[in-house]
Amino acid sequence: MSSPSSILDMLSISPPGWGGVLITGAFATLFISFGAYLFGMVLGLFGALGKLSGFAPLQYALNVYTTIVRAVPELILIVSLYYAGTDGLNRILAMAGLGPVEVNGLVAAIAVLGFVQGAYMTEVLRGAILAIPVGQLEAAKSFGMRPGLRFRRIVLPALIPNALPGFANLWMSVIKDSALIAVVGYQELALAARVAASNTKQYMVFFLAAAALYLVITILSNLLFSALEAYFRRGQRPVA
Amino acid sequence: MDFSWIFEYQDLLLYGAFLTCLLLTISVTLGFALAILLAIAQVGRGSIARWLSKSYCTFFRGTPLLIQLWLIYYGLGSYLPHIPGLRSSFLWPVLREGLFFAALALTLNFAAYQGEILRGAMLAVPKGELEAARAVGMSPWMILRRIWLPRAIRIGLPTFAGEVVLQLKATPIVFSVTVMDLYGAAYKIRQDTLLVYEPLLLVTVFYVSLTFLITQGFQKLENAIPVRR
Repeated sequence: MSSPSSILDMLSISPPGWGGVLITGAFATLFISFGAYLFGMVLGLFGALGKLSGFAPLQYALNVYTTIVRAVPELILIVSLYYAGTDGLNRILAMAGLGPVEVNGLVAAIAVLGFVQGAYMTEVLRGAILAIPVGQLEAAKSFGMRPGLRFRRIVLPALIPNALPGFANLWMSVIKDSALIAVVGYQELALAARVAASNTKQYMVFFLAAAALYLVITILSNLLFSALEAYFRRGQRPVA
Repeated sequence: MDFSWIFEYQDLLLYGAFLTCLLLTISVTLGFALAILLAIAQVGRGSIARWLSKSYCTFFRGTPLLIQLWLIYYGLGSYLPHIPGLRSSFLWPVLREGLFFAALALTLNFAAYQGEILRGAMLAVPKGELEAARAVGMSPWMILRRIWLPRAIRIGLPTFAGEVVLQLKATPIVFSVTVMDLYGAAYKIRQDTLLVYEPLLLVTVFYVSLTFLITQGFQKLENAIPVRR
């Protein structure tokens, strides 16, 4: 064990200290998570609309997607998609007569995590859309709103409060899942902490520091989501 | 697709599957026991106990399992040899293994999620039933044992099934602390044979089948306990 002052030295932002590496890692974690979250949300929106479209082959394909992604351990999904994605891309490029590319770790991480998020988002959004009272949609139809306008003016504003609790859970889970990216070697917060810890042999200090950074992120996100939900539920009657 | 390696690595795979099941069983049973204490602390009157339990749940639910695992394996593990007498004690062969730290991390993590669910379930038990129990003269301990906990567990049962499946899906990361569980076995096969997809596909089938068994088992359990609707 070492004295408190040397621990502070090790955590200082500027280079002999490793604080800067950890902070950079935390931003990488936030960036990956946010990118994957947005990508997942887009996938999920199309997935939910597809599942509710009534077109059987599409519904079947989407059911396969959501079931498999939710049944297979995240680590296995991330590792296999990471390799399969890079491999598949290079095969397509080879067929087009181009040489192989080194896939950017950041892009791969966002794509892989986003693909996993998309399956959960599909279910959250499907539930949120189904929870909209049918009468509201019928009223919009009877006013002569076209599907596009109806979606933008009625469905979207009505589904957001229903979907927010699910969105909050998924944001927490993508932050924690992003640590798994460390296993395939992209340096975000978890891997940054590991590098710092193995260089200084102060495992306890650096993993606790990383845990503290994750906690700050999750606690602040919690506050943000409560505020968002209060905002989007304005004017609604409180439940019970 | 080439699966000719299966027989060569049969023992490794079977042992890996055994370790995965062992880790799941240990962390779910011990974690559940700890979760009961956490939930009681949070619905009880002691403000220190409530605060401790709340902070525990916030920490373990707010940080990634991977960090907790590394914190326990590398962090705690680096202090253990300095405790006098521990090295020569009979516990040392167990404490030296990655398996011990993996089981510890998974248990502590599971307890935090499960404790929060159980707390909600305990609060969902109808007040009238607890009052009735008090009215017939049961002591607080007996109310807890005979009425409050059994009712809460029944209420939370559908959620527990989901938690156990999530726990199963969390186990593969123990390979990062040298535990040769099923995923660890697949990882080693990949390194030896340079086959990427086949070993992963095989273990995926195992995880998905085990998920199916767990959900079926909980369904049976739910049906076995009669409820009035």
